[in-house]
Amino acid sequence: MAALGVATSGGNWFSALALGVTLLKCLLIPTYHSTDFEVHRNWLAITHSLPVSQWYYEETSEWTLDYPPFFAWFEYALSHVAKYFDQEMLNVQNLNYASSKTLLFQRFSVIFTDILFVYAVHECCKCIDGKKSGKELTEKPKFILSVLLLWNFGLLIVDHIHFQYNGFLMGLMLLSIARLFQKRHMEGALLFAVLLHFKHIYLYVAPAYGLYLLRSYCFTANKPDGSVRWNSFSFFRLISLGLIVFLVSALSLGPFLALSQLPQVFSRLFPFKRGLCHAYWAPNFWALYNALDKVLSVIGLKLKLLDPNKIPKASMTSGLVQQFEHTVLPSVTPLVTLICTLIAILPSIFCLWFKPQGPKGFLRCLILCALSSFMFGWHVHEKAILLAILPMSLLSVGKAGDASIFLILTTTGHYSLFPLLFTAPELPIKILLMLLFTVYSISSLKTLFRKEKPLFNWMETFYLLGLGPLEVFCEFVFPFTSWKLKYSFLPLLLTSAYCAVGITYAWFKLYVSVLTDPPVSKTKKQ
Amino acid sequence: MEKWYLMTTVVLIGLTVRWTVSLNSYSGAGKPPMFGDYEAQRHWQEITFNLPIKQWYFNSSDNNLLYWGLDYPPLTAYHSLLCAYVAKVINPDWIALHTSRGYESQAHKLFMRATVLIADLLIYIPAVVLYCCCLKEMSTKKKVANALCILLYPGLILIDYGHFQDRYNSVSLGFALWGILGVSYHWDLLGSLAFCLALNYKQMELYHSLPFFCFLLGKCFKKGLKGKGLVLLIKLACTVVASFVLCWLPFVTEKEQALQVLRRLFPVDRGLFEDKVANIWCSLSVFLKIKNILPHHTQIKISFCFTLLSLLPACIKLIFQPSPKGFRYTLVTCALSFFLFSFQVHEKSILLVSLPVCLVLNEIPFMSTWFLLVSTFSMLPLLLKDDLLMPTVVTVMAFFIACATSFSIFGKTSEEELQLKSFSISVRKYLPCFTFLPRVIQRLFLMSVITMVLLTLMTVTLDPPQKFPDLFSVLVCFVSCLKFLFFLVYFNIIIMWDSKSRRNQKKTD
Repeated sequence: MAALGVATSGGNWFSALALGVTLLKCLLIPTYHSTDFEVHRNWLAITHSLPVSQWYYEETSEWTLDYPPFFAWFEYALSHVAKYFDQEMLNVQNLNYASSKTLLFQRFSVIFTDILFVYAVHECCKCIDGKKSGKELTEKPKFILSVLLLWNFGLLIVDHIHFQYNGFLMGLMLLSIARLFQKRHMEGALLFAVLLHFKHIYLYVAPAYGLYLLRSYCFTANKPDGSVRWNSFSFFRLISLGLIVFLVSALSLGPFLALSQLPQVFSRLFPFKRGLCHAYWAPNFWALYNALDKVLSVIGLKLKLLDPNKIPKASMTSGLVQQFEHTVLPSVTPLVTLICTLIAILPSIFCLWFKPQGPKGFLRCLILCALSSFMFGWHVHEKAILLAILPMSLLSVGKAGDASIFLILTTTGHYSLFPLLFTAPELPIKILLMLLFTVYSISSLKTLFRKEKPLFNWMETFYLLGLGPLEVFCEFVFPFTSWKLKYSFLPLLLTSAYCAVGITYAWFKLYVSVLTDPPVSKTKKQ
Repeated sequence: MEKWYLMTTVVLIGLTVRWTVSLNSYSGAGKPPMFGDYEAQRHWQEITFNLPIKQWYFNSSDNNLLYWGLDYPPLTAYHSLLCAYVAKVINPDWIALHTSRGYESQAHKLFMRATVLIADLLIYIPAVVLYCCCLKEMSTKKKVANALCILLYPGLILIDYGHFQDRYNSVSLGFALWGILGVSYHWDLLGSLAFCLALNYKQMELYHSLPFFCFLLGKCFKKGLKGKGLVLLIKLACTVVASFVLCWLPFVTEKEQALQVLRRLFPVDRGLFEDKVANIWCSLSVFLKIKNILPHHTQIKISFCFTLLSLLPACIKLIFQPSPKGFRYTLVTCALSFFLFSFQVHEKSILLVSLPVCLVLNEIPFMSTWFLLVSTFSMLPLLLKDDLLMPTVVTVMAFFIACATSFSIFGKTSEEELQLKSFSISVRKYLPCFTFLPRVIQRLFLMSVITMVLLTLMTVTLDPPQKFPDLFSVLVCFVSCLKFLFFLVYFNIIIMWDSKSRRNQKKTD
């Protein structure tokens, strides 16, 4: 308590912010938790009670281990603390076990591992030189940035209500970004390699890392016009980078290679058998595509252009099926999504190579990679939007244009997470927290950039304000209408399609700003 | 206000904390046959909805007064009726006569919690925001920080949203706060109207009534009892009478009705104190069983005398020197005197002291924070009984951090900042070496925090010895009571030495 007092009394706002949000997380302990809670409990049990050779074969529960080995080891480490809370949760057969002590342990494990995230935010704040602004604390870019990151709505509800461990994974990513900003490239690469072996979803942003390290670290110098000086290539740097990646991978996958289980591990990690879209459609390009398909099929039926008997039943009754069959438009295969993703990523990669702008450029490229994969990826979860939102926060305090894109992206992205929490007691929480974050982010960034042109044009304002009526319709009006049974998918479809528009717009705007930005020689003054 | 958005965020944080606390359990959850305050609340909705108004306060076959009979003033009953109408629309089972006894379900809990949040949002929170906006000589940032601290005060949140108090405290305290606001900023009539509403919502607001009376009377005196003062006095009297008549309209028509309501409101035949309260009588009974030694009416007389004696000086001072600042401090001391000495006190009544202390948070941050921590601590046995340990610890820490960062309280322990300057100066006339006060107070604070933490830990982890099953809760009350006595002396000192310092300042100016 006294130490707490000392920490807070010196006007140390950062620790106050971090402690504040930690306490809020503690208050969220009794809230609803999704099946992910059971997923992680099951993994605790698997890693604790089975030998390594069985980890990726065990399938008593339907929630099999499908994260890379480091995460399995992480669960293994946690399980050794868990046994002091409740031994029963470590039993593989104990499906859906959720005693109060299990709940407490799992929730606290998330809260505790978030320390890494807090540290990463602290490091990021050190290396971000936002817009120079007034002396008042609440108007300092660092303060705003740390609120935007620490109190991020998406992380709060996904990690601390829905239940996942994104906090410390995001912490690893932010920390590696911070290291790259601090010119500690090797550390950054190491952290990212480790992160990849914690959760492979971060492969989405790997192109940005690879190319940035190659272009700006392995090539030690540029020509005066900013293009690459080929003879400055440093083999030593390339090899040491390669060594890092190789060693980390060996540490992670080596044991499974030795057991010759690598194919099994990979088949768990990349389950292409799942559908194009997750249960809730993530608000991406495919959501728009699906929505268009639905609209066309409805119109087709009305105009008698389609034969009702030929339409697959599932597609009309609900939006909640894993396998969505298109009726009018051609169906989409994993290969198509892969190609689309690659095409979407390419321009940003080119930019990174031909117009290197230091770590800022890298950050932009990373966000574009994350967003593009989110837009076109196969079986994307709506939670993956956090992968773009959190790094984007770093950019938002630097430039008015970025701030505007950030606000559109976060507000719509966060809103699209609403269907994750569908239980009544959590309804006020999600609305209040969303309002809290949105009001704060919009107003504080507006204050920060008050001397420049307004952040939103009328169209964007209109679009963002539209989220309010949409929420009222989906949660308060729709359940009382007669459509509830007939079109139960409607709220989800509306939410996804509406948010998809905003996210596509933000993606497009960010792309335009990256491509049209002046090249490095003008902006690079330091 | 150019920083409206900061205020909005603060309000949203307050609301979020309130709602997350309300996810926890409530008093008497799943404990038949009597359940707890939550059931009382629901039962009143049932009674007010199904019975004609004349039968609300009377014992009958439909209205067993021994089972959570209505024992609050009419406004409470009207509010219950209003809630009952909403409940009727959602699910009539919730308020069905007789059959709904002990009704518990997730949806109903949600409904009850929502009624608290809405009442809070409509009455208490706007009053707090307005109060903070009206503060003078403060930067916007400080105002916002002040609002955050007041809204995060854990005692009120835990009792209203965790325990589920027998009457929404936020409503009565909110009305009282509106009253304080009105009276302090020269809207005397509106202020007294708001306070009458508070009084008619919960009779416990009588704790605050004397300072209101004295302050308004003092104002009238100041304006001259023959001219404007008399007009104001008459106007005030009319407002009070009118608002009372309005609230009691269905009951004043018959004498028996009114008397019965009064009997229900002031159950003098109950004991000197109930359960474990951190007041004098409960603490004394550790050594001396007053309840058994003295006859009932003597107990009443003694408690009345003590209460009156302890609050008289401050009230008299307020009549002759009415000032908004003195008014706030008198509210603190009066409520505290009532809490410590009066008859039939509940542990939750400490909230009535906490409200005015919240209002002086910006003037003496160190002492107020300390007091508010102690007040929450004094309710620990109650909160533990409701299984609210986790939210208690979390909200207390959040409150402490909020206060510590926004006021940097640890740097504010000089005589000046404790408002003890003039007191020390006058003591130094006789005792020149009297310079150690701030240091003593710092030490006391540290010791008090340590005892509170230790006692909490002990209560949670240790089993009490079989001979004294209530050992820890008695200890908690005893310790809190000692601290409250200290605070009573402290606040009285501030009031008594207040104007002198101002005169001194004027001289030096």
